[in-house]
Amino acid sequence: MNKVLRIPLQIFNYAVFMGLVWYFSIYPPYHQLEDNQAMITFTLGHVGKQVKECRKLSQEELLKLPPNMRAPMDCPRERSPITMELQLDGKVIFSKAAAPLGLFKDQGIDVYQNIKVPAGDHRLLVWVNDDINVKGPIYRQEQAISLKPEQHMIIEFNSESGRFRIK
Amino acid sequence: MSYINPVKRGYLALENWFNISFGHDWNPLYHLGTLSFFFFWIIFVSGLYLFVFFDTSLSGAYASVEYMTHEQWYAAGVMRSLHRYASDAVVLTIILHMFREFSLDRYRGFRWFSWLTGVPNLWFVVTLGITGYWLVWDELALYVAIKSSQLMDAFPFLPASMSRNFLESQINDRFFTLMGFLHLLGQPVILFFALWIHVKRLSDVSIIAPRGLAVGSFLALLALSLIAPAVSHEAADLAKTPAVLNFDWFYLNIYPLLDQWTSGQVWILTLGVTTFLMLMPWLPPKKTGPAAVVHLDECNGCEQCARDCPFDAINVQQRTDGARWEHEVVVLDHLCAACGICVGSCHSSNPFRHAKKELVTGIDMPQMPINDIRDHVDAALAQLKGENRVVIFGCDNALDFSGLESSNIAVVSYFCAGMIPPTMIEYALKHGADGVFVTGCRTGDCYYRHGNRWFDERLEGRRQPGLRKRADRRRIGIFRAAETDCKKLRRALARFQAGLAQLKQEHVTTGEAKHE
Repeated sequence: MNKVLRIPLQIFNYAVFMGLVWYFSIYPPYHQLEDNQAMITFTLGHVGKQVKECRKLSQEELLKLPPNMRAPMDCPRERSPITMELQLDGKVIFSKAAAPLGLFKDQGIDVYQNIKVPAGDHRLLVWVNDDINVKGPIYRQEQAISLKPEQHMIIEFNSESGRFRIK
Repeated sequence: MSYINPVKRGYLALENWFNISFGHDWNPLYHLGTLSFFFFWIIFVSGLYLFVFFDTSLSGAYASVEYMTHEQWYAAGVMRSLHRYASDAVVLTIILHMFREFSLDRYRGFRWFSWLTGVPNLWFVVTLGITGYWLVWDELALYVAIKSSQLMDAFPFLPASMSRNFLESQINDRFFTLMGFLHLLGQPVILFFALWIHVKRLSDVSIIAPRGLAVGSFLALLALSLIAPAVSHEAADLAKTPAVLNFDWFYLNIYPLLDQWTSGQVWILTLGVTTFLMLMPWLPPKKTGPAAVVHLDECNGCEQCARDCPFDAINVQQRTDGARWEHEVVVLDHLCAACGICVGSCHSSNPFRHAKKELVTGIDMPQMPINDIRDHVDAALAQLKGENRVVIFGCDNALDFSGLESSNIAVVSYFCAGMIPPTMIEYALKHGADGVFVTGCRTGDCYYRHGNRWFDERLEGRRQPGLRKRADRRRIGIFRAAETDCKKLRRALARFQAGLAQLKQEHVTTGEAKHE
């Protein structure tokens, strides 16, 4: 084909290519939230309580151990799983029982969970249990919250104080 | 006509459209690799310019990008758009490149290495783009940062949660130092080496797009940058989750899955798809014929075969047989594609040699030795009768020439047009053929990369071994087309035979005139 006649075809092809590049670089838009929704993020970085208490070894038990391993206390490394729950207006919106990490189950766990909720006024209840020997919530907070559409509310469990920071 | 699967048929039709629009030399589908490199150059140069004005701090990053986009729209703004759109274009060309190799079945057999090492490049490019999105530090950047961190949190070996870094007062300027290092240096260096490995097994690799195509692509990108400049979302705000994000689907396509699936499930999907793609050359495998063999007695170490090999499968080393030549060649079996191009490049493949005994050449294909080819040509010539007798030298990877044989047309098949020594054409012309018709893959799209090119250069005397000047070029026809162009082949052959008849007539007329 004549080179001059090719020019409009080339322009057409370039336009199609760039049209594809442009379109998929921004469209279709991604709807992260529906209308009138807000986001709650529950996050926690925490090590559960020891499953068993430390125990003082008897003289007899110590003598059975090699000399370099005769520590007076026997502290099992295993940590308790951590259970947590979020309720909004009495309805459970997030619940998790996280087992401790590590080969000896002695590591902490991290949680970062996004939950989409309707905007508006709500009653929030959040609790955490980090001791397998205790039933029910150990750390607990309940309060009224007001969420605007597109608001991002973070509920963070402070491991040191045992309190929840809601912002 | 042999069966051609619909994917291949469709793809060939698309290539044909681009051949009509751009011609063979500028067909973008023949230059997807070099186009990708060209887009990388645009990304690199525009990225350098943007870095001059980019503020690598938490508080300054977004403001500096906004300044570039709006205050300095004529320079940095255009550069930003070029950076963005060239990055998107490169993903498109890589995907098209992969689709092309797949639809033409050019990813298995001896091509396994290029395919296997090419697949991860897509992920290197995508992750490079993702870190680029972080740097803008707008709402989309925050979304990408958090979702990427959630993906990373799926790995149990990480000492702490990455996602929890994106809580208030956790992020600081060091975050941008890290991201800047990754995006500007770490990831590009990794990508550069990955691309180098990807083309490692090819010789004479071109990474420069044809000038016309490069200029056209750049102008198209520039036009897009001016018509629809790349802009940011609002500044990142940890207290806000934007309902709608204008997503770059070239880079961020897996992120929405995190709304439905766990990070682990998304990893299983992406790694599963990647693994599947990487294993494709063996699903099922494609056999490559036996490698070329060197006959040192007939090799003078001229190195032409090593220069011509498209897959770098021939090494040159010091002579080991005590002959007076300085060098000899060695075939690396694991790299050999069994294309036979080396046979066509060997001076010893001359069929006029050893007319009465077995023809042995310096480098030969065990499954189709040059002596057998000469025998085939002899047999073909013997069966030709009538007027306008033609021997077709047909490339196995191009057109289907079955059914073309007749009393005055005979076919000798080759692995590649580049396998044909020019002397074989002379041989056929001298021993009874009125014309030789050579078929090959579509111009610019040789199955074995350089077969057509070397063949042309030999015929034009620009490459050794060249066709001798006394050979009548008018009696040599060349036809190159896709497998789907069988009707065109028949028409071209008929035209060639008509040309031969006319040539004969001219010859007779000239002879009669001389006689008178």
